[in-house]
Amino acid sequence: METVKLTIDNKEIEVPRGTTILKAAKELGIEIPTLCYMDLHDLNIENKPGGCRICVVEVQGRRNLAPTCSTKCEPGMVVKTHTARVLNARRTVMEFILSDHPKDCLICPKSGTCELQDMAHRLGIREIPGQEFAEMSTYRKDTSPSIIRDLDKCIMCRRCETMCNDVQTVGALSAFNRGFQAAVGPAFEQNLEYSSCTYCGQCVAVCPTGALTEVNHVPQVLKALNDPTKTVVVQTAPAVRAALGEEFGMEPGTLVTGKMTAALRALGFDYVFDTDFAADLTIMEEGTELLDRLSRHLKGDKTARIPILTSCCPGWVNFFEYYYSDMKDVPSTAKSPQQMFGAIAKSYFAEKIGINRKDMVVVSIMPCLAKKYECQRDEFSVDGNPDVDFSISTRELATFIKQANIDIRNLHDEEFDSPLGESTGAGVIFGNTGGVIEAACRTAYEIFTGKKLERLEFTELRGMEGVRSATLDFDGTPIKIGIAHGLGNARKLLDDVKNGKSEFTAIEVMACPGGCIGCGGQPLHHGNSDIIKARAAAIYTEDRKKPLRKSHENPFIIKLYEEFLGKPGSEKSHHLLHTHYFDRKDKILVKK
Amino acid sequence: MSSIKIELRKEDVDFIKETCSKFNNDPQELINVLHGCQEHFGYLPAEVQEVISEHLNVPVAKVYGVVTFYSFFTMTPKGKHPISICMGTACYVRGGEKVLEEFKKELGIKVGESTKDNKFSLSSLRCVGACGLAPVVLVGDKTYGRVAPDDVKGILKEYE
Repeated sequence: METVKLTIDNKEIEVPRGTTILKAAKELGIEIPTLCYMDLHDLNIENKPGGCRICVVEVQGRRNLAPTCSTKCEPGMVVKTHTARVLNARRTVMEFILSDHPKDCLICPKSGTCELQDMAHRLGIREIPGQEFAEMSTYRKDTSPSIIRDLDKCIMCRRCETMCNDVQTVGALSAFNRGFQAAVGPAFEQNLEYSSCTYCGQCVAVCPTGALTEVNHVPQVLKALNDPTKTVVVQTAPAVRAALGEEFGMEPGTLVTGKMTAALRALGFDYVFDTDFAADLTIMEEGTELLDRLSRHLKGDKTARIPILTSCCPGWVNFFEYYYSDMKDVPSTAKSPQQMFGAIAKSYFAEKIGINRKDMVVVSIMPCLAKKYECQRDEFSVDGNPDVDFSISTRELATFIKQANIDIRNLHDEEFDSPLGESTGAGVIFGNTGGVIEAACRTAYEIFTGKKLERLEFTELRGMEGVRSATLDFDGTPIKIGIAHGLGNARKLLDDVKNGKSEFTAIEVMACPGGCIGCGGQPLHHGNSDIIKARAAAIYTEDRKKPLRKSHENPFIIKLYEEFLGKPGSEKSHHLLHTHYFDRKDKILVKK
Repeated sequence: MSSIKIELRKEDVDFIKETCSKFNNDPQELINVLHGCQEHFGYLPAEVQEVISEHLNVPVAKVYGVVTFYSFFTMTPKGKHPISICMGTACYVRGGEKVLEEFKKELGIKVGESTKDNKFSLSSLRCVGACGLAPVVLVGDKTYGRVAPDDVKGILKEYE
């Protein structure tokens, strides 16, 4: 490998040719401040438009200052990262960025986690010269079911554009106009609702300011909790327990399952249940569907479509409803765990405790912003009463807990309520990329072969590689599994299916890089992909701690089928636990 | 954005398709395709951008981004008599801005807009190479020199 030698702040370093000054400096332990730049190394995601100019340094012999995020190291370069010229330039750049930025930090949803605010603080900005003459951006706010866009706060870092176009290939967001009118948004400046947006929330996950935030549903939840006529039931997604602690200063990867349960009970929820229960249920339905399709396919039935695609992820569902609407028969018809939970809570469980579904409010705690949209879909309600009333993100739950002055760090661990809080390790790993299909295989193997699965952990399905594949041996029948996380990666697998080139039996797709653990509603990672890896490890730890790790062994799932549903794929199951898909493209583009 | 909606006829769609294929449907050729389409349609309404997006396989948001970035591209149709007022240095110092203000007042439109009857549209430009005649106004292909605000009414009358 060819290398170059250079000096940064009087320290010599040798790096591979092509390395940026920013990365070389980092190796020396010099943290040059950056704002628009973002590097999610393990996920192969990098945003370096060289736009903000905060990361400039002085290079000997170069006339102007060099942006380190996009300037490559050259042999013999002499770099100074903190000369007076550099510090003054950074300050001036920051003053310009702030000059047309709203100063409502006190009430901004990003206050405290805002990278712009942090940078202003780090650079010691105390006044903005010429502020009285500055033109302010005045862009209207856009509220969709999941995401709020407040473009006055956009600093044109283009991170959201990178996520939406390069990583997710959704193509909903692009920069438009120039100067003070410049912003990022959908075509023709329409609302997100009229674009190809999947509500995956990756734009929100990377936005350094308050320009992109989630719709806050905490007030509605608080209202329901204070309504004595309502029984309020809460379900928590697997990825939440592996990340919530970060909001309270705990190390990334700290599991807070028991503390979270205690906090939810302290907040006043009547029943604290677990989406993992519904994940086990999903495996029963989706696994049965997979085996049914597979065995018909093996017998030569042409109507049995292979591969089967997982359907747990609402961002992914929105994506194929837009871009692959001619393939609506390929994904599993199984609802997502969130919606299965809602359907069972408001039928089976409401019956059990003798209340009308209208008197029950189901709240979900999700790492995901697309779940907010999903629970509002018409097909997931009965006579206008939704199966899941409100979905709040991990971040919203954290704020709610803080508002209620609950000291989560010092709460004693508590257990979920029964029966919808009981789950297996298979339900837990739904939070990681590869987890849904691993959980499905644990059950499908035993049902298909009639034998006991000796090795539970399909490590060949794990990892952070964007597209992965493995062939599992189902007692002589090869099962080819494909996995993609990030919608751009999913597109690669989907194009093969479309062109009849796919060899897979089953494909798992999660819209967000890393799976649910890396979703748009999680504590902000601020460009540190180690955090996402730590959450993934925590999920696998939780799985290993569970006494039962196969969905079909969950005694409460067995009981649910005995008492209520009959068997997987029954008429009642179909009615409550399966769905159908739409062509979303017709609804959008130019608003007619 | 423009609120003007058009129904594309089959031949319009075919024209866009042909223009795209002339450039091998290469996303890198977006700007050239936009030039071709604007020359043909006179402007680039949303509907045209959508067809381009489809054939070049570029998100329509990106197409819109490019259209709004370059001032040459417009989403508003030009009037029957497009009026351009020079704002180059010479014209500006000799009162070009006052002339522009007068046109805005008389027509009741802003720069970049067209009158309701689509008769006139207003734009400003930088230097037409006739600085000796400053301030200069162009209406279609016709040039008016040494225009004073008081002349504006008379100029417009010529096109009634």
